[in-house]
Amino acid sequence: MTVSTGSTNGVERTDLVSVTIDGVQVSVPKDTLVIRAAEQAGVQIPRFCDHPLLAPVGACRQCLVDIPDAGNGRGFPKPQASCTLPVAEGMVVNTQATSPAADKAQQGIMEFLLVNHPLDCPVCDKGGECPLQNQAMSNGRGESRFEGVKRTYPKPINISAQVLLDRERCVLCARCTRFSEQIAGDPFIALVERGALQQVGIYEKEPLQSYFSGNTIQICPVGALTSAEYRFRSRPFDLVSTPSVAEHDACGSAIRVDHRRGKVMRRLAGNDPEVNEEWITDKDRFAFTYAQQPDRLTYPQVRGEDGELRPASWPEAFAVAARGLQAAGATGVLTGGRVTAEDAFAYSTFARVALGTNDVDFRARPLSSEEAEFLAAEVALTHPDTGSPTYADLESAATVVLLGLEPEDEAGAIFLRLRKAHQQHGTRVLAVAPYRSRGLRKMGGQAIIAAPGAEAAVIESLLEQAEYGVDSTAVILVGERLATSPGALSAAAALARKTGAKLAWVPRRAGDRGAVEAGCLPTLLPGGRPVSDPAARVDAAASWGVDTLPDAPGRDADAIVAALVDGQLGGLVIGGVDPDDTSNPAATRAAVEAASFVVALELRETDVTRAADVVFPVAPVSDKAGTFITWEGRPRPFEAVFSNPASLPDLRILAGIAEELGHPLGFRTVADVRARMAEMGPWDGQRPATPSYSSGGGAAGAMGGVRIASWKQMVDLGTMQDGDEHLRATARMPVVRVPAAIFEQHGQLVTLTGDRGSVTLPAVINKELPDDVVWVPANSVGRGVLADLASPGSTVTVKGAGA
Amino acid sequence: MTSAITDETYAELESIAARYPQPRSGLLPMLHLVQSAQGRITPEGIEACADILGISAAEVSGVATFYTMYKRKPVGDYHVGVCTNTLCAVMGGDEIFARLKDHLDVGNDETTTDGKVTLEHLECNAACDYAPVMMVNWEFMDNQTPQSAVALVDDLRSGKEVTSTRGPRICTWREAERVLAGFPDGRVDEGPAAGPASLVGLGIARERGWTAPDRDQGDGGHGVPEQPAQAVEGARVSDDKQAEQAAVEEKAPTTTTAAEKEDAE
Amino acid sequence: MTSILTPVLTDNWGDERAWTLASYEARGGYDALKKALTMAPDDIISAVKDSGLRGRGGAGFPTGMKWSFIPQDNPKPKYLVVNADESEPGTCKDIPLMMASPHTLVEGVIISSFAIRGNKAFIYIRGEVLHVIRRVQAAVAEAYAAGHLGTNIHGSGYDLDIVVHAGAGAYICGEETALLEGLEGRRGQPRLRPPFPAVAGLYASPTVINNVESIASVPSIVGNGAEWFASMGTEKSKGFGIFSLSGHVNRPGQYEAPLGITLRELVDLAGGIRAGHQLKFWTPGGSSTPLLTAEHLDLPLDFEGMAGAGTMLGTRALQLFDETVCVVRAVLRWTEFYKHESCGKCTPCREGTWWLVQTLAALEKGQGSESDLDLLLDQCDNILGRSFCALGDGATSPITSSIKHFRDEYLAHLTHGGCPFDASRSTAWAGLEAMA
Repeated sequence: MTVSTGSTNGVERTDLVSVTIDGVQVSVPKDTLVIRAAEQAGVQIPRFCDHPLLAPVGACRQCLVDIPDAGNGRGFPKPQASCTLPVAEGMVVNTQATSPAADKAQQGIMEFLLVNHPLDCPVCDKGGECPLQNQAMSNGRGESRFEGVKRTYPKPINISAQVLLDRERCVLCARCTRFSEQIAGDPFIALVERGALQQVGIYEKEPLQSYFSGNTIQICPVGALTSAEYRFRSRPFDLVSTPSVAEHDACGSAIRVDHRRGKVMRRLAGNDPEVNEEWITDKDRFAFTYAQQPDRLTYPQVRGEDGELRPASWPEAFAVAARGLQAAGATGVLTGGRVTAEDAFAYSTFARVALGTNDVDFRARPLSSEEAEFLAAEVALTHPDTGSPTYADLESAATVVLLGLEPEDEAGAIFLRLRKAHQQHGTRVLAVAPYRSRGLRKMGGQAIIAAPGAEAAVIESLLEQAEYGVDSTAVILVGERLATSPGALSAAAALARKTGAKLAWVPRRAGDRGAVEAGCLPTLLPGGRPVSDPAARVDAAASWGVDTLPDAPGRDADAIVAALVDGQLGGLVIGGVDPDDTSNPAATRAAVEAASFVVALELRETDVTRAADVVFPVAPVSDKAGTFITWEGRPRPFEAVFSNPASLPDLRILAGIAEELGHPLGFRTVADVRARMAEMGPWDGQRPATPSYSSGGGAAGAMGGVRIASWKQMVDLGTMQDGDEHLRATARMPVVRVPAAIFEQHGQLVTLTGDRGSVTLPAVINKELPDDVVWVPANSVGRGVLADLASPGSTVTVKGAGA
Repeated sequence: MTSAITDETYAELESIAARYPQPRSGLLPMLHLVQSAQGRITPEGIEACADILGISAAEVSGVATFYTMYKRKPVGDYHVGVCTNTLCAVMGGDEIFARLKDHLDVGNDETTTDGKVTLEHLECNAACDYAPVMMVNWEFMDNQTPQSAVALVDDLRSGKEVTSTRGPRICTWREAERVLAGFPDGRVDEGPAAGPASLVGLGIARERGWTAPDRDQGDGGHGVPEQPAQAVEGARVSDDKQAEQAAVEEKAPTTTTAAEKEDAE
Repeated sequence: MTSILTPVLTDNWGDERAWTLASYEARGGYDALKKALTMAPDDIISAVKDSGLRGRGGAGFPTGMKWSFIPQDNPKPKYLVVNADESEPGTCKDIPLMMASPHTLVEGVIISSFAIRGNKAFIYIRGEVLHVIRRVQAAVAEAYAAGHLGTNIHGSGYDLDIVVHAGAGAYICGEETALLEGLEGRRGQPRLRPPFPAVAGLYASPTVINNVESIASVPSIVGNGAEWFASMGTEKSKGFGIFSLSGHVNRPGQYEAPLGITLRELVDLAGGIRAGHQLKFWTPGGSSTPLLTAEHLDLPLDFEGMAGAGTMLGTRALQLFDETVCVVRAVLRWTEFYKHESCGKCTPCREGTWWLVQTLAALEKGQGSESDLDLLLDQCDNILGRSFCALGDGATSPITSSIKHFRDEYLAHLTHGGCPFDASRSTAWAGLEAMA
């Protein structure tokens, strides 16, 4: 069953078909469409409706070619649409390049398309990168013979808060509607009306609410669809494009960053068939303005004698930070999950080499020691080359099991790939989840209902139920949320081991997977080296050029917070952590206050930087090279979009402090770090044992009240979505999902009260939820569930809040 | 002015969907029922259909705006259609339509101020042998003249009972839509089997004793004698034409001609 | 004596309450079904093949062959769908058939479904014919009550259900794949083929789609034998068909005759062109079939005869226009029809018909120049065979054929500065007023 990386892209070469295109003989796989066979012969046939990732439709008729021989000795009397016609052995195709008939047919279609197309190219966003404009030049008549009345519409209409439609520009290729229906599963735009009045439309009360709506703009072959964010902002020929990798999730989607004079103007999906194909989420596309906000930090600051932060030079800040940390004594390091693998390596190195501690943790969220063991045993060092599952495996697997993971919200590229897998290959998607979400339904998935905290038992039961098909051909994807469900990660690992299924951990954040490899964990050194293994410590120490490394396992993030509060730790180095994400936001804030010395590395001013003693501005991903490691373990390196000498990556800052501390880290640049990481390499010794925690019982309603199921919706109040109000306006309306009995008892507006506060939201009935479970979005109101409502694993009470 | 879909209508919509192996097949008749219940395609009706069929309201809307019998503006008690496709137009449909617009003081697809009559010009309604043809709530009104048309709409507006020229007593538009949704109204046995033009060939055959051959009469004498020229003519047909001809099967695409030929062989 | 007209389908239309089961059975209705149920399904397919029956919906594809394409080893259900969306301008045969004798169709549906081994059939009737729908609904209900439909029909072990489905106003749904879209509750836009409906039609299952008249002919073929049917008609166009005469003839109406009859014979039976006038142009099978003129009166009205004249037999919708009619006006109106009915899916049909109407409308008003005729022909050339389905092709037929036969009349509009015809002379009552 093993499918090695990328092999599904290598087409079986046994079924080749020979065709002659414009006199050139080419061999292409059976079932190849003529339009794509022609590409291989070096001929670009003009097209609009055709898109390689959408089902052929043959609507625009632009790609007509002459087929004098269909492979059976007989030709087609009329030109044929090359986008719907598969090749046949011996077929002869004459395109516009060699056939006057095909050329005339194409010119005729182009003339028809322009009959009702406005001549507003000079003010159209698409001008300069417009397939219609370009192909009208290459395959159209010089002048129109149409002298009549063009179809016009009042312009433009919003089909969502973000996407606008100029109907008169639309050539009705239906790429957008087909994308929404076939790929995203959000058919909220449809062709409406008929004939020449046909147009793309929404239902008046239902905008195009889709996390993937921006893709429709990108594949629109004319300027009919534009984003509110980019509309009228720049001209394509003024933009410089740099390929990059999206920083909003662990999917590693390829993107293209278009920028002008040091400013990102827009982002587009890159084309990477092995990862995101040609699609990205709206968050990946539109959420980049967070780095352009007025509260962006641009210079180092140190706390002066007067207790206020003041600007400082880099050397002074390095020196002050080093002095302060030395004075503070024992220091912990919290890195957050958004750093690149190189920066994570720097934090890991800094903790061990400069601070001599294992008190380092990237998990700025609810966590467990079971999770740390799971990451060390089952996640670190996994890689597609060593059998870790890939996107391609999702497509070919007979069964994919989702445990504590909602791909549509938490990993968009996985969601799209699983939807494709289900539609094209019949992949069965199973989710251990509190209810069957809309995202799961779009993947044709089945929910195996589990209350939060009770997942372990349900996961164990999967093994016994053969009808679920969890066997060696299955793929198991585990979300980071399982960390707080006792025994669940152990059960997941056991399930994989017993069935032979492939297992992967899917964190939410782009940097988490790299942080595991870099050893930003209290029990793990870089390259999967266990802190507890003397040989592993020696190996790492040798690579780092130090004599010894601390041998005691460090504190995890929660313990670091606790130790700061009670004074066991004095210093804190903190980068990219939002206290409200952590398992106890108030405690994290208190820890920052309580620490005797805090060094903060941040992009923008936050509660943490305001309380810190030294604040270093760090480079956003656009300003630095780096690597994100996907959930598959696939490295996704990227180069800097901008060269900004004043914008330093975390690793350069940590190196500067370390040098002042007298413990140089051995690197100053991204290239240095990459070399050091390669040098240290993966641990080839004994791996830690898989955890075998038992489920905590998770007894329903043991404590009274109802339990909270929760995850972050893709578009929510996350700070990395700041700055694009259009994107934020496309967020799903926050609601509480409640089981029928609670709905009947409390009505359409409910107040939840937990140990951290109360939240009032509209209630939506969900008949699949267990009786004692309600679902709330984790960060869509106020400061989020952890700060405003309840601690992880606790229960809440429900009250009707209606009139 | 629209109101919610009643529980009864909702149940009937569900029953339509249940007639089919796949519920979405019920959408066209369901929208007819929405028009019957609500007097037009309403947002409430669209949402109810979307809800029952598990599709998006945009998809329902795409269907509701594709078919011309679905109306987004309220329709009068009587939908009066005048065929103005070529043959009926030439035979007087244009004149009738102009006369009615003037008489009713409405434009195309507009309703009289009393809410009684909605006037619309129609494409061919498959009654060309009765041209010029009008339809009232989709019942045939054959062989009309401007005078008869004016009298017809006057009768409709005054509440007089009107009967189709070869059909039943005219019901209201909303009642008609209910029948289209698949809920019979008991008027099936009204009216004749056929109008006079439908019977004209049969009448001649009866008159002259012409019949189809008897079942055991193999050779007939009923066939048109084979004309020698005909075979030649047939052979002269180019491949091109034959291919096209084969492909126009029930107005089918010509563009897959060669493939279809292959399929046929 | 040779019978020029051969009433089979129309034979009972004049009967008392012909639409009822009692009336239909009184003259042997459903006997063919009982016979069919004793036959092997493949033998029924063979009989229909042997009869030479070709599709009566316009294209003339051999019906039995269509049925034999249904892959019987496909485990999916098989469906029969009757195309009762009669909408082609000039075509008016299926509607009176279903109104007068819906049981002929229902019996045909049962036999045909039995032959292809389908257990569910659909009759898709255009929505704009209320009383016809009533009659078919009632006939289906009566057939159920009589045990002709439902489970274990007449103890044969064969089950069949029929759903009568009303359309909602879209000419394009006469195109079989667009009809399937409509029947699946979608916009009636044609589907890509292949896959062909025989392989993946309704619900992606093997599906036969036949015209009303084709299916209604099946009981007579099963009842009387393939040879009986084949004894009528011409060599390649066997059997009988309903010829619909409309327009400027004295007795417009339905005439059922063997294929191959000439228009001259039919016009004679219809009492000739209206008094004092001459035939100017006519359509052999609806507006999508290229126009012919008086010089074509003696051509055999069969598939080959019409193809030989550069046109098509189509639906035998013979619309006759006399010399009072302006061909430019007629063609403009048809073109407006195609524009109105274009589904919008493909560019040449959607945009082409939009443009054709504007060009023709200007010419009819006497605006433009002679070069516009070449422009029109070139537009047609860019639509014909380029559009997704035959609707676009059909839109070009009246234009190209009328320019071919009546180029001078187009030019007369330019020299006259408008239409040189008096439209009032063409109306049904024009002659009567003159006589009165």
